[in-house]
Amino acid sequence: MSRELILSSIRRHLRRGPLPPDHRLMLAARLAQHPRHLIPARSRLPRPEQIALFISQVEKEFGTVVRLSGLEDVPGAIAEYLAQHNLPTRLVAAPHPEITALPWGERPLLEVRFGRAEPSDQVSLQHGFAGIAETGTLMLPSGPERPTTINLLADTALVLLRASRVVGAYEEAWDLLRAERSGGNGPLMPRNVMLVTGPSRSADIEQTLELGAHGPRRLHVLLIDDDPAAKPDAG
Amino acid sequence: MLQASPNLAKTPRVALFVTCLVDFHRPSVGIAALRLLREAGCHVEVPRAQTCCGQPAYNSGDRATARELGRQIIETFSGYDYVIAPSGSCGGMLRHHLPTLFDDDPNLRARAEALADKCYELVSFLVDVLKIESVGARFSGKLTYHDSCSGLRELGIKDQPRKLLAAQGAEIVEMEDAEVCCGFGGTFCVKYPEISTRMVSDKTANIAATGAPLVLAGDLGCLLNIAGRLKREGRPIAARHVAEVLAGMTETLPPIGETR
Amino acid sequence: MLPTSPAFKENAARALQEERLQKALARTKPQFHTKRAKAVAALPEFEQIRDIGRDIKNHTLQFLDHYLETWAENVERAGGHVHWCPTAEDARAAVLAICQRVGARIVTKGKSMISEEIALNDYLERHGITPVETDLGEYILQLRHEPPSHIIGPAFHLNREDWEESFRKSHTDLPPDRVFRERRDILTEARTKLRERFLAADVGITGANFLIAETGTSVIVTNEGNGDLTQTLPRVHIVLASIEKVVPTLEDATNMLRLLARSATGQDFSVYTTFSTGPRRPEDPDGPEEYHVILLDNGRSSMLGSPFQDMLRCIRCAACMNHCPVYNVVGGHAYGWVYPGPMGAVLTPTLIGIDQAGHLPNASTFCGRCESVCPVRIPLPRMMRHWREREFERHLTPSFARTNLRLWGFFARHPGLYRLATRAGAALLGWLGKRRGGRFTALPLAGAWTRGRDFPAPEGETFFARYQRLERSHAL
Repeated sequence: MSRELILSSIRRHLRRGPLPPDHRLMLAARLAQHPRHLIPARSRLPRPEQIALFISQVEKEFGTVVRLSGLEDVPGAIAEYLAQHNLPTRLVAAPHPEITALPWGERPLLEVRFGRAEPSDQVSLQHGFAGIAETGTLMLPSGPERPTTINLLADTALVLLRASRVVGAYEEAWDLLRAERSGGNGPLMPRNVMLVTGPSRSADIEQTLELGAHGPRRLHVLLIDDDPAAKPDAG
Repeated sequence: MLQASPNLAKTPRVALFVTCLVDFHRPSVGIAALRLLREAGCHVEVPRAQTCCGQPAYNSGDRATARELGRQIIETFSGYDYVIAPSGSCGGMLRHHLPTLFDDDPNLRARAEALADKCYELVSFLVDVLKIESVGARFSGKLTYHDSCSGLRELGIKDQPRKLLAAQGAEIVEMEDAEVCCGFGGTFCVKYPEISTRMVSDKTANIAATGAPLVLAGDLGCLLNIAGRLKREGRPIAARHVAEVLAGMTETLPPIGETR
Repeated sequence: MLPTSPAFKENAARALQEERLQKALARTKPQFHTKRAKAVAALPEFEQIRDIGRDIKNHTLQFLDHYLETWAENVERAGGHVHWCPTAEDARAAVLAICQRVGARIVTKGKSMISEEIALNDYLERHGITPVETDLGEYILQLRHEPPSHIIGPAFHLNREDWEESFRKSHTDLPPDRVFRERRDILTEARTKLRERFLAADVGITGANFLIAETGTSVIVTNEGNGDLTQTLPRVHIVLASIEKVVPTLEDATNMLRLLARSATGQDFSVYTTFSTGPRRPEDPDGPEEYHVILLDNGRSSMLGSPFQDMLRCIRCAACMNHCPVYNVVGGHAYGWVYPGPMGAVLTPTLIGIDQAGHLPNASTFCGRCESVCPVRIPLPRMMRHWREREFERHLTPSFARTNLRLWGFFARHPGLYRLATRAGAALLGWLGKRRGGRFTALPLAGAWTRGRDFPAPEGETFFARYQRLERSHAL
């Protein structure tokens, strides 16, 4: 009823009736093709420089990045980061198989819980789906392996990201997501996709930037150099 | 004074659009324009049937009056190669807005468009069309330049006056927010005088901060506003139309709002 | 919110005298300008991306019915609900019905201009539901019972002292003698207070920067993360969106996002850009159980096919007001309703009527700076002029101005008479002016001018008089 009211008002003011079938087909084709628009040249770089751009952009937005040569280095790097910043050694981690399979036993002082985050959590570890070099942005889709609360509730957010998953532009990250999800019959999009660029902040008080408004105050990316072509000395 | 432009195949027939403010308030600017154009190799005429570009009506929502004036302008000016106004505001009106007054009349619309293409603001015409690189008159001394809104944003006038002034020998000291409106805005300044006064005070403060004893602009509206405020504040800064300086009139013509 | 737009002049005059406001405006303006300019300069393709943004929006508006239907189908396919609301009243009622059905007592809210437009907070309160604004700026305004003064920085008109004062007054459970040494302390207190609210809320309400037809998604953009907590923690997520927010695809939304933050805050990208599609999936560990979108028309569909259609491209970045020399000296409250600055000057008359908002499209010098920074190239001055034409047609223009205009128009159409009148006027003013040092400090009927500045005297001879004289004496 009110749906028809709005739709008919739109059509009346556009001075036409419902779209004829050929028009609808044309529009459906545009959706199916979802054409890309202009992609800025900024991120069109050889792989090593693309990774370097990703890192410098994360840092520009007040995040930090550490490069690790393999997944096995992750627990150690986390322990070191937490010690350096005087942070508790208890953390909540996304129940992603790549995270649960890490050699946590080698760092017995780290107390790791897998699952969604709770308000009492001080440190969290997320599994990054993709990194976007253009602006140093992390793509974090929700799902059983990546709870959304992990991105939000802790004061310190750690994100594990494979260098092979760092792309240039947002469009390339969407393609990764489309490729992963187009097989099933569910919706294309997970319930939630967060694009995160740096730690939470606010400039509401006298337009002066303060980090850690409602979300994390620190964002630290653990970047796994799993892409031989992307290493700094490659090529 | 001017180097006659080498780029002209034949002598262009130019109509001077005096503008109502120059006509009433500061005829010397019109004379300056006339001289600059002639010395650049143009044959200049001043059609007598002209009054105003119609902007006061157009911007007040009185489309009917603006149209009538527009029609008058088309009749008066269509026969020339170029129509030149010593104002970015009137130039913008002629070049961009005039045709939109005749959206419902294809014939007039076409004539308005043809005319609009031939309309230019004075300084940008000298530099962009006639390719003049310098004028004969010298001017040494510090000055600052206010970019009038319509000239800047509708006609892209920014470097042209600076280029000619620098070639004359002037030292241009840029003010902060040179591209920000001075608060004149046609009838705005009398409809919202408090806001307008505040805007022009910010402008004069920026002008004063440059330390230059002279401010120039290409629009008399802005200049009356700025000069009026400078005088009210008792600041010893002169205000002039850019054409006066380009035509070498500064020795004989007192600045705006002064008698000397 | 009862509009005070009819009192724009008085509001503006007061604002010019408010010391605290002026201090805040002086601080805000240069920041916005330099940050945007820097972000734009760092992206050489920005102008092309603006063109593309304009085209995407135009395309979508041309087929708005189709894209909304597609979007709604996809929302429902993902398990969400769409509430089509032709009016503000419909939208308020739809929100209330959801809240009442789930027995909500506390509702957290992300920043939403639609919420302001439909005056949702007052309405919920009247029905026994406590709305809690979680955007820091909106939160303090709620404590102070003030409307926002800016669409992306709602509390930019406040200074640190105002924050401290309001927090002491409102957070009475905290020690009254606590010290706020720096801004950080204010932030920490707000964060703690709002965390309690996030956890207690039954429903979370957010706005939407974009809706995506292809996927049935709503997009929000924040820097604080409050929008994400608002929509993730409670059982129910309600999105408030207006019909023009839809774009076709993820790629289209991406192009718009490249424009939004740069134009708004001068960031390359906002900290949190979040795409929400339906409620929690069966296997999800978190997220809301219900997902509703309140889809509001409220007069927007009638802008299609009108001279104001282009306004529906607006992505609410606030670049127009940030760069408006009028907004920059009077602030947002002077405009008297939800949407201030140039975009408000065009939109507000559509939403509350030109008879109420008549001042807004007039309070512009047409300097064109708004249009020059608008990411989707909305011809804002042109549309303000359209409103002036409507006012003129409907005789809403003050009669004094109309008479003057008519008189001037008469002379301007008769060059002969015009020459005579101007010649006499210029001669008189020129003669008087010479005796006053070249300027007038007061002039009959010109009080509005001479209150703030002198009136420079004319030279005394009109151009046409001089031209004739010089021509005759062959002095030209």
